[in-house]
Amino acid sequence: MGLAYRSTRERPVGTVPKWVVFTLCAALALQLGYHAVQPRPVPVVRAMPDAPSVRLLDLMSLGEQSTLARVLMLWLQAFDYQPGVSIPFKSLNYHRIIDWLDAILSLDPRSQYPLLSAARVYSEVPDNTRRRMMLDFVYRKFLQDPDHRWPWMAHAVFVAKHKIGDQKLALKYARAIRTHVTPGVAPYWAMQMELFVLADMGEVQSAKVLLGGLLASGMIKDKKQLQFLQQRLNEDEKEEKSHSKH
Amino acid sequence: MKNTVTTIAGYTFLEGLRNRIFWLFAVGLVCLFGLTEFVGDLAIIESSQIHALFIGSGMRLFTVATVALFVITSMTREMNDKAFELILSLPVARSTYYFGKLLGYFALAFIMVLLTGALLSIFVGTTDVSLWGLSLFCELGIVIAVSLLSLFTFSNVTVSFIVVMAFYFLARSIHAIQLISSSPILEFRTFAQKFMDFMVNALAYFLPDLYDFTRSDWLVHGIQGHVMYHVLLQTAIYLPLLVAAGLFDLYRKDL
Repeated sequence: MGLAYRSTRERPVGTVPKWVVFTLCAALALQLGYHAVQPRPVPVVRAMPDAPSVRLLDLMSLGEQSTLARVLMLWLQAFDYQPGVSIPFKSLNYHRIIDWLDAILSLDPRSQYPLLSAARVYSEVPDNTRRRMMLDFVYRKFLQDPDHRWPWMAHAVFVAKHKIGDQKLALKYARAIRTHVTPGVAPYWAMQMELFVLADMGEVQSAKVLLGGLLASGMIKDKKQLQFLQQRLNEDEKEEKSHSKH
Repeated sequence: MKNTVTTIAGYTFLEGLRNRIFWLFAVGLVCLFGLTEFVGDLAIIESSQIHALFIGSGMRLFTVATVALFVITSMTREMNDKAFELILSLPVARSTYYFGKLLGYFALAFIMVLLTGALLSIFVGTTDVSLWGLSLFCELGIVIAVSLLSLFTFSNVTVSFIVVMAFYFLARSIHAIQLISSSPILEFRTFAQKFMDFMVNALAYFLPDLYDFTRSDWLVHGIQGHVMYHVLLQTAIYLPLLVAAGLFDLYRKDL
């Protein structure tokens, strides 16, 4: 069935009737000419559609939820680069993006992709309202599965502290990591983020109390780590005193 | 010549019937109808539109794949069984044989379009379905001619089918590829980018605008007249090109 016929020899072009050659040339010329007079495709900005329900996505996945989740994530990620036009993040509808991220995460709750995109991609927008929306989404999803989603909460702390400049929000997120993640699951630096945020806020006494709590709970076992944290607190305390003298 | 063409066309059509291609097609229609009934029931509004869109886009792909595969396998079998040589050993011109086969395949495609249209007319107005069906028939005509050309060129079922599908999907997506290639994703336009942009635009000149053919949204929002003219004109230009290329290849074959 594979090979129709094995003949590789070809007869000379002269055996082809002239009307066939003429039709071929004429049709080719017409095709090129017709294409040339057609207008070039114009880029059209398409609005992001509403996210469908998770049940519908489940149906559409035909049992391949993880695959569909990745495909949708790639589509969503590329949405700001539609064919022929680049859309700035601030022009995107963040409510819809969050709906899509939520639907994709529901499709495959073990995927880290939607939360990474929320914490590190969509929060790069130069608009604090939109940044807060994304961080709030990360926070809500973190609370559903803290042991697996703490890294994105840690990113949220960073964004809240350094990009938005909202120390209280950073503290709320850092505290959530300490209080919701099972001890031993996240590394020490993540569990101690609250400490650093407090110290940066000038809440040295609170930081000291928290450090004491961490020591008492046995979460800090490494001596060098303990020395580093105490040294950091001492420096903050000195700085705070020098500020109060001035 | 006219009688010979219709005789060959008749036997080609008969081959399709005996291969139970319409049974396969009917099963495909019923399955898709069942699926769309299920999906349509989930919809709160626009239920009939969802039915039409699912059946339209699903049947378009299914028909194209079925027709391409049937043309390629049918021609391959004819060549392997030496029926091809037998017919050409008679006082029959190669062009007569070619047009006979083409007409037979067109008749098969026409029945498929009619069946799909009949199902779609449950959900959509007759005018929109007719125009959509006409466009599908034009699209299938191009696919049939490409399949014949591909088989004459590559003489292999697998390669021919993949080439036809690659051609089909490329022709359907060339507009989007053109837009992407000219997209300002990077600030610096390197020589490689310019070259690719040029190549994509050059390739577009040789492909039919299948992007504008048989769009499912016509079934929902109707179709504008100038789009249909474009479809018919493009078919009127591209089909003779493919037929001439197929004949050119067929005449050069040394059997």
